[in-house]
Amino acid sequence: MHQPYLDQYWLTIKISLITAGAGCVLGLAIAYAVIREGTPRFLRTILTTFSGVAANFAGIPLAFAFIATLGTIGIVTTFMRDHLGFDPYAHGFNLFTQTGVELTYMYFQIPLMILVIAPAIDGLRQEWREAASNLGASSWQFWRHVGIPVLLPSILGAFILLFGNSFSAYATAYGLAGNGVFLIPITIGFYYSGNVLSDPHLAQALAFGMFVVLAVMMLLYIPLQRRSARWMR
Amino acid sequence: MRRRWIAPSAVVWLLVAAAFFLIPLIALLLFSLKSIQTGKCCSGAAYSYVIDDPQFLDTIRLSFQLSLETIAISLLLFVPTVYWVHLKLPRFRPVLGFIALVPFVVPPIVLVVGLLDLYKGAPEWFYAKPYGFLAAAYVILAFPYMFFALDAGFRSIDVHTLTEASQSLGASWLTTLVRVILPNIRVAALGGSFLTLAIVMGEFTMASLSAFRTFPTYIQLVNESQPYAAAALSLLSFLIVWVAMLALLFVGRGRPRPAQLAATR
Repeated sequence: MHQPYLDQYWLTIKISLITAGAGCVLGLAIAYAVIREGTPRFLRTILTTFSGVAANFAGIPLAFAFIATLGTIGIVTTFMRDHLGFDPYAHGFNLFTQTGVELTYMYFQIPLMILVIAPAIDGLRQEWREAASNLGASSWQFWRHVGIPVLLPSILGAFILLFGNSFSAYATAYGLAGNGVFLIPITIGFYYSGNVLSDPHLAQALAFGMFVVLAVMMLLYIPLQRRSARWMR
Repeated sequence: MRRRWIAPSAVVWLLVAAAFFLIPLIALLLFSLKSIQTGKCCSGAAYSYVIDDPQFLDTIRLSFQLSLETIAISLLLFVPTVYWVHLKLPRFRPVLGFIALVPFVVPPIVLVVGLLDLYKGAPEWFYAKPYGFLAAAYVILAFPYMFFALDAGFRSIDVHTLTEASQSLGASWLTTLVRVILPNIRVAALGGSFLTLAIVMGEFTMASLSAFRTFPTYIQLVNESQPYAAAALSLLSFLIVWVAMLALLFVGRGRPRPAQLAATR
């Protein structure tokens, strides 16, 4: 295979792994914060409703929202430059690079994690927590020996879902960086959309490669799905 | 050890989340209010630019019509199919569930490349028209959401008893489907329809690669010359998703929630 394409697959996979990993951790933390004992119920309703919207708010409009926030003349960028005396663009930050794409993808990865993991956290019963603390377990011991092992299949399943979610994204990266960040979907779009360098057969081959990666992921997902269903009633 | 107050770490996490999710939306709003000439706040120029542009109405109308067409075709195809599978071929249900996973494994960018090639020889009225090619592609894209919503709906009613009762009173298959089954799965069908609406109104990848001018591709085009107007349109797009999702919650009150994910990224 031609080297640049291999690099692009690798870059796409890397971005997907990073945003899926970060999305899992942050989504789990936020979901737990809202579901745990003591947090008012209405916050959970707001968060899940908003997650439903945010997980669906993606593509071109999402990219423009981030450009309006952290682009070169974005609201937050100009605020930091004019009022805090700190110019992120002078310190190596650039929205139109891999970092920017990753940051933007988090906007749909975290809500997806919250939606997927909330039922699993509900399945962590309060009695288990009480039983553990009656037996003298600390909070850390509870998570180490009960919480995480029970949630693990769900978390791994969600990780794969988030990986696929970001691996197949096209519109968001395109809206953000045009053809500037070399992701496989962007290259497919570039070779397909009738410009001078148009090469549909190459695009088809690259698309088939994407299919293979996602098919492998799906084969890992199905058994995890079965396993995590065990704890949910 | 029942806690009475919200845990401090929970407060921190929720504030971080609120900041991360709300700031881009606020920025989008402020950006759309900037003056086109001076770049200063506040002016409605971006909004009047959008309203004066005839393409705005054309593209949003096209996207809306495509949503309705996709919803109509999906319901016509999938309601009888899922009904039949629940009634007569329960062994076939996992197979349908597996097929419904295919659009997850084959992302829009891959699907559209395949479909454009597959339909290359198709007649002009289908291949060159959004109502043909694009609607067909969107039915595939919407299939999983429609299927899981309908499947949940059919699982919550007693298909066999309803069908037998209806038929023993002399109803035909069509009458049974339209006057007995359909009213009972109305919530599920509406849920799937609102998700489909949200998908089609925001779908960019397929429309862009097949070179049709729908609402999302119009936003991208506007951005090339009028970034503030593009921000206003993005905000509108966000509101459309909100309305669709609130409608989804509203029709599903007190019932098992249908799947809420429908994005094309």
